[in-house]
Amino acid sequence: MNAPASDVTAGVAVARPARVRPRRPWLTPARLGVYGFLLISAAFFLLPLYVMIATSLKTMDQIRLGAIFSLPSQPALDAWVQAWSSACTGLECRGIQVGFWNSVRIVVPSTVLSILVGALNGYALAYWRSRWAGWLFAVLILGAFIPYQVFLYPMVRGLAFFGLFGSLTGIVLVHTVFGMPVMTLLFRNYYASLPQELFKAARIDGGGFWRIFFQLMLPMSTPILIVAVILQVTNIWNDFILGLVFAGRENQPMTVQLNNVINSTTGERLYNVNMAATILTSLVPLLIYLVSGRWFVRGIAAGAVKG
Amino acid sequence: MTWSRHCRAQSRVDSAGVGPIKGKRRQRGPRFRWALHLALLPMALTVLFCYIGTVLWSVRISTTTSRTFPASDFVGLAQYVRLFNSERWLVSMQNMVLFGAVFMTLTLVIGFLLAVFIDQKVRGESVLRTIFLYPYAMSFVATGLIWQWTLNPELGLQSALRRMGLSGFTFDWIVTQDKVIYTVAFAAVWQMAGLVMAVLLAGLRGVDDEIWKAARIDGIPAWRVYVSIVLPVIAPSVATALVLLFLSVVKVYDVVVAMTGGGPGTASEVPAKFIIDYLFGRANVGLASAASTVLLLTAVAAVAPWMYARSRSERRAQLGAA
Repeated sequence: MNAPASDVTAGVAVARPARVRPRRPWLTPARLGVYGFLLISAAFFLLPLYVMIATSLKTMDQIRLGAIFSLPSQPALDAWVQAWSSACTGLECRGIQVGFWNSVRIVVPSTVLSILVGALNGYALAYWRSRWAGWLFAVLILGAFIPYQVFLYPMVRGLAFFGLFGSLTGIVLVHTVFGMPVMTLLFRNYYASLPQELFKAARIDGGGFWRIFFQLMLPMSTPILIVAVILQVTNIWNDFILGLVFAGRENQPMTVQLNNVINSTTGERLYNVNMAATILTSLVPLLIYLVSGRWFVRGIAAGAVKG
Repeated sequence: MTWSRHCRAQSRVDSAGVGPIKGKRRQRGPRFRWALHLALLPMALTVLFCYIGTVLWSVRISTTTSRTFPASDFVGLAQYVRLFNSERWLVSMQNMVLFGAVFMTLTLVIGFLLAVFIDQKVRGESVLRTIFLYPYAMSFVATGLIWQWTLNPELGLQSALRRMGLSGFTFDWIVTQDKVIYTVAFAAVWQMAGLVMAVLLAGLRGVDDEIWKAARIDGIPAWRVYVSIVLPVIAPSVATALVLLFLSVVKVYDVVVAMTGGGPGTASEVPAKFIIDYLFGRANVGLASAASTVLLLTAVAAVAPWMYARSRSERRAQLGAA
């Protein structure tokens, strides 16, 4: 069960001291084959990114020529400005920025809350074992494998009962609930990998449950907190279905708004604006990915459980 | 009862021979249990109400005639019969199978090849890794939209290649009824192949170098070592990747909505989309709940053997360590 996460705690994922490199001629046919394959693959993976950026910088006149791979003849950021501030979803034409700020308002509290709960669960499970908590944890992990669709309707009814359906609080709670399995697993495995003596010493010194958590464990959790923040910000930012169902019209996250901008417009489709909007929506997770590098990989090794 | 449990919780400390003195412990004990219960309350509520409760309720609703609001009658398996007589559901299931077969095969093969080739001590390894994995950082919605545009028959790939001189070139699968699901699978491969690469690369890096030395001495070709020795050694990583891919097949939704909207017609419908549409668009909660129960069973059928094998091997490892 915790194989993905044990990669994380061991810190193996891709990071490893370089092997001793035997000297040998590097331009053999086999080497050429290896580099050829890797370069062609890289081109395939980068092509859509190029198309997206090039299209967003073109004018609609150039796009209508139908040469999707050509460079923009008169690169301009007009499409970006339009996507950000005046693209239309239905009758409203305030641009993708509305979704951007909604996403920020959803992501920040959801990330904080889900990490806090996950860390607390992980701490309780790793140090204060009780049998029923173990069972809860097993069910929780099992829940991570179940498609969201199974939970949706009862949760909608439940949230509506408390008057939270379609509210910011509602969507934050939903993200906390669905982020809990991975966050708990992440922190449980991290705390289990710390030396037990630390905890014992704190107990002897008279530390209570909360005091050990806030004054000893949390300050020691920096590495795993970074992984958790990366994981949750990326996951919640990229979420579509929960935002679509639970956020309500007022709080539509950026992904939902992006899909509305592109797939429910009437009249001519402005492909340059569409691609600019797509880039803008992907910008936050892409920046996190590029800046965090190895941390991101550690995160997906653990968070991949969620699928 | 509570007290004996409390003692068990404390025994971890005591066994080290450094337990606090008796009188003090008795004073502090109950307070600790309260704190623990309080801390675990969010998890308990989540598990009981959001996970177990919702699943049970979903299954219960699937045996009623609920339309917009939940009904409390009981019609047995009638909704399931209706479900499997529904043309749209059968198309969805068939699409999920086709999508799954193409997507899982291609993603595993491409991911494995990328991992193996990257593991050849190549230059610029970290740049290549970054390139292969970046699509995974984006949302499925973005992926669907990018490929919708790239594969657009009038202005995309097809037209670009025709303009370059391949006048007979035709690639309009995205608007062709019986081909569209493959284009969706293709987009998903682009997004997820890097993830498989990362998982398998971690596995490859755990392979003992001695194997390679021995193979070199015996003069066994590298591909043979990969197929016959390395692949079995990294089988757990492959299994993990397989489960992850299978789950994303069962859950596939965003990319379809963004890329094709289920069309043309209903040609690229998938079960997850069927459920959402019948829950919120068509107000047929009973039928949608029956569909989600089927989806649940599919997911469990895939994950249960994997978890079982996992827990067994873990137990063996623990016994071995002891």
